[in-house]
Amino acid sequence: MKNLFTVMALIGALFAASAASATPATNTLFAKYKAAGASGFSAERGQKVWTKELLSESGEMMSCTTCHGKDLGKEGKHHKTGKLIKPMAPSANAERFTDAKKIEKWFKRNCNDVLGRECTAQEKGDILTFLLSQ
Amino acid sequence: MKNTGKLKATLLAIALLLSSSTALADGNFWQWLVTFSRQKEVQPVTNKAYQEECGSCHFAYPPGLLPGKSWAKLLEDKGLNDHFGENASLDADTLKEIRDYAMENAAEKSNFKRSRKIALATEEGDAPLRITEVRYIKRKHHDIPEKMIKGNKDVKSRSYCNACHTKAEKGIFDNDTVSIPNYPDYD
Repeated sequence: MKNLFTVMALIGALFAASAASATPATNTLFAKYKAAGASGFSAERGQKVWTKELLSESGEMMSCTTCHGKDLGKEGKHHKTGKLIKPMAPSANAERFTDAKKIEKWFKRNCNDVLGRECTAQEKGDILTFLLSQ
Repeated sequence: MKNTGKLKATLLAIALLLSSSTALADGNFWQWLVTFSRQKEVQPVTNKAYQEECGSCHFAYPPGLLPGKSWAKLLEDKGLNDHFGENASLDADTLKEIRDYAMENAAEKSNFKRSRKIALATEEGDAPLRITEVRYIKRKHHDIPEKMIKGNKDVKSRSYCNACHTKAEKGIFDNDTVSIPNYPDYD
């Protein structure tokens, strides 16, 4: 009986952990990044890339937060068009990270705009881990 | 003799039908002629991919605001990699859908009045890359003081059509629908 309880508690914990983060879309992407040689994704490293400021081609200091804002639970604002960007944190916006194609599209565009190059599989896995934890 | 007359009449009818259907295919002139709502404005965006992809960063400008030669340049294969300084790249299939839609509904293909005027204003010379560079659009906006646009924190630029044109999403741009933020009394 005690064993059964332990097993149930473990299953419960697993569900709780997965509900807090991954979606089928992100699971697909994590598998893809691993296949490309990345491993051991870290939210901490992800946050560092996310907040790193770099001089952009247009001469302004840019990071992901330039448009997405410092508080991921709130709306961001496109630095040029002023278009509002829905919150990045899945806790504030349930639609986030549910479409793998969309995630890859924005990684490609925004890494190019902020870093001046595409992100590596490792960086994308780290950033995604960081964002999913929000 | 009677029969020949009938035959001639039938042939004439067929010929007329054929020629009018050709005309229909050639830019919907007849359709335009019989419409009661004279299609005064600009055709609003009707393509879902176009609305979603363009609209995720800015107001999804209806294709009838620029001529086809402009859309061809803006949406060429690598064109969106540097879209006014931003990377707006799309996968090949989506880009093709958006480009086809823009080309099919470009100003010169449209029978909407404002698009006809834009087509006329851009017929000659280089393809404008910005809607705000089109002569007709410039003329329509030239008497608005800069403080109401650039100096207005809720407008900033003529590029943000829908900052003042309250029915821009519906393709309507006439004066009655304009409301300049912070200048409620401007007419």
